[in-house]
Parts: sequence; structure tokens; C-alpha cells
Amino acid sequence: MSDTESTAPRRTPLYDLHVELGGKMVDFAGWEMPVQYSAGIMAEHAQCREKAGVFDVSHMGQVELRGEGAARKLESIVPASIEPLAEGKARYTFFTNPEGGIMDDLIVSNAGDHLFLVVNASMRDQDIGHMRANLDGVDIVELTDRALVAVQGPKAVEVVGALCPDAIEMKFMETIVADIMGASCRISRLGYTGEDGYEISIPDEHAVSITRAFLAHDDCDVAGLGARDSLRLEAGLCLYGNDIDNDTSPIEAQLNWAIQKRRREEGGFPGADRILRELADGPSRKLVGIKPQGRAPARQGVEIQDTDGNTLGHITSGGFGPTVQGPVSMGYVAVNHANVGEVVNLIVRGKALPAEIIALPFVQQNYKR
Amino acid sequence: MTTYYSEDHEWITVDGDTATIGITAHAADQLGEVVFIELKDVEDEFEKGDEIGVIESVKAASEIYAPVDCEIIEANNMLEGAPGSMNEFAETDAWIYKIKITDAKQLEDLLDEEGYKAFIG
Repeated sequence: MSDTESTAPRRTPLYDLHVELGGKMVDFAGWEMPVQYSAGIMAEHAQCREKAGVFDVSHMGQVELRGEGAARKLESIVPASIEPLAEGKARYTFFTNPEGGIMDDLIVSNAGDHLFLVVNASMRDQDIGHMRANLDGVDIVELTDRALVAVQGPKAVEVVGALCPDAIEMKFMETIVADIMGASCRISRLGYTGEDGYEISIPDEHAVSITRAFLAHDDCDVAGLGARDSLRLEAGLCLYGNDIDNDTSPIEAQLNWAIQKRRREEGGFPGADRILRELADGPSRKLVGIKPQGRAPARQGVEIQDTDGNTLGHITSGGFGPTVQGPVSMGYVAVNHANVGEVVNLIVRGKALPAEIIALPFVQQNYKR
Repeated sequence: MTTYYSEDHEWITVDGDTATIGITAHAADQLGEVVFIELKDVEDEFEKGDEIGVIESVKAASEIYAPVDCEIIEANNMLEGAPGSMNEFAETDAWIYKIKITDAKQLEDLLDEEGYKAFIG
């Protein structure tokens, strides 16, 4: 696919800090990233639910779109309403393909004189190529000299606010540019853990000092990609490549809320035929939360059956939920079985293990509205 | 009693024709925090290399393999209620099975402590 696959994994500006802090480094989407630190995934997860955790997410793609009509043009390849997005506001959306599947999910912010996008690490080359091919007259600039650091948890407001008072009064899905320790940073109040928090775009040369300053706060500690995954799973947030991909539609994935009224009425995005039809008539399968009744985790790929042994679908994400203190999964099931409270069987290593369909999320989201 | 190690990161402490087996502390550390252990039944018989259980950590599922041909004579039921003990006591209280060895010659293919230490570098 891309030439980055054949080269050595890339390192973020925080690589040395990860190693210093005991990070267990793994290859993730072509980047050497910490899956956990010495505290372990359970403790790092709890840290984010109870206090504040710091994640390096610099492997994600940061992109600026500039030029006349960039928001309107972007609407031709995403189904969210971008043009009316007020300055300083961020919105979740996805690139759809002509079949109504999802090519990647992303956050778009109105940064005033440009749009600021954050896309998945594994998809950044695809996404930039896709935008270059489809957004005529839009200047597409990938920011390769900025780190991205997430501070997540109920104490994130204190950790970030101590260094940047302007961040304190921000609300969920708002974004500002503000000074942190002499560096001009883009601070967005959002995240991928279900908790209140921020994602902060920092010039590379300031990334270590600012991250260290966050970590110096008593209520703040590092967290790795392992905790990031268990946190987002408990919060019922989709992971691209697992829960959503080129074959799943946003309606099947229960992302209806991310397609605003005007776009539903007007269409005009790839795959609108299928997506608008599913919005009107309902999809044939749905992404649901699945709670195994026993202790065994049911991971990606596990078959879901009804109690008569008929296949209903497959698990797309699953593991152990540290806050739930038990196994948690998400998966697609045929719509006639997607009823909260319905008991299904999960086929784990050949054995049928009972599980219950639940309403997502497993852990209540805790955003600053 | 002599303790041997396999390249699949199991230890086996032999006492006559029976033995106690478990996973090494190194393996437990690599797995991360253990959250679930699936064990086979007593009296089940296995050949060397057969899967004899599964350890699920917060990160992934990993199989346990029979280090020698054996019959299970006791499973450590404590692990069901306290899978996390695997991370602290992998080579003591968190043993997995007591087995009857059915082909003692296979022990010669295993590593001694020094050999295992060299293997994991």
C-alpha cells in the first residue's frame, strides 16, 4: 500500500520519554508506541476514569485544509454538515465510499481561516490521497512537525487548566489556539475515552517539556494504547478497522447522530443512496454492546449465534473492561436480534458462552457539556 | 525434585512420575495482567505440544501447551477466582496443573534453568 510499511517504524517526539517512563513499545500502524507503562493497563485505565491520564497520540494525522469553499467541498466526501460549523467548534465525521461504507473516521474543526482535521494513523496516507483527488482548489497540508497529546479524565481540566487557564471554561467539542509554556498549541476539548479531557496539538520541540509539565501534576500519570483501547470500548466508541470499515455503513454502526438534518435531506456524499435508504428503512444489522455472562473475554472475530445455533454476526471489539470488572464486547447482529436484554451465544474456542445484548455504552460518558 | 522449562515458557517440576506445571514469571510479565484462565478437566490426557488451556490477559489470549505427554490429575481451582495471582505468583502458588507424566524421556528435550535464562535473553 504505502511505502512507509517497508521502512522502520516511526517515532514520535515523545519516544525517549516513553522509554524513560518504562513504556513497553510496540509497532502500531507503523509507529513505535507504548502499549503500556510499568503501572499496567488496569492501573492506567483506572487513572483515566478517576483522575487524569496522558496519552501520546502523535501518530494520528493532523491536516489543515485551506482555500475558498473548503468546508463546502469537504461535504462532498463526508456526510456531516461542515459549512455551518461555527469557528472554534469540532465535529465527528467519516469519509464514506460509493457503497456507503466507511473509509475512515475523523474530527473536523473550524479553525477560523482553515479547517483542522485529525485522522487515524493507519489511514493518514489514504485519507490525504483521497482528499487531494476530490477537493479541487483546496490546499491540503499535513502537519508533520506537531505532536498530539491527549489528557483525559475528570481531573484533566485541572491538569491542563493549571498551565492554560483559557482551557478551563471550554466545552465539549470546542477548540482554541492558546499558549502553553510559551508554545502556541491547539487545544480541543474532546477525546476517545468517554471521559472529559483534551487533545492538544503541540509543536514538536515543545512536546516533551509540556508533557512533563502535565505529568508533574499530582493527579496525572501516563497511559498507553492498551488503556486507550479498553477505555474507548467501555465508552462504546468505534475503532476504525474493527467496528467500522469499508463494509459497514454509518447506520449499521449506529452513527446516525453524526449525519445532520440538512445532509439527510440533501444527500450529496458518497454512498448516500444506501445510507439514506438505511436511515429511512433501518439497516439489516446493527452494532450492539454485548456483555458476556461469564468471565471469558470474547474478542474480535468471535461468532455470535442465537440460542438455536444460527449465526447472527461477529464480535468486532472485545476484551476485559477494567471499570466494568468483566468482559465487554461490541459486534454486529441481525436487526431482529438486536434487542437489549436478548441472550445470545458467543462461540469462544468452540464453546457456546451465553451473553446479553446491552445498550451502549458500558460506562457512562462524562463530557463537559 | 527437578525443574525443567519449555520454549513455550512453561515450567515443570518433576517428582517421580508426577509433576507440577505452570507458566514462567517472564511469560506472565509479557502477557500483562491476567483476567481469565480456561482449564482442562482432570483425567484428560494430552500429547506434548497439545493445547491444555488458555490464559487471557488484558491484551490478548495465549495458549498453554503440554510440555510432555501427560494426564491431568489436578487443576489449580484458585486461578478461576483469582486469575491475577498469575502475575504475582506464576512460579509458586499460581501453578496450573499437577500431571502424571506418561513419557518421561521427553523431559530430556526440555531446558534447565540456565538454558531457559539464555533462551529468553
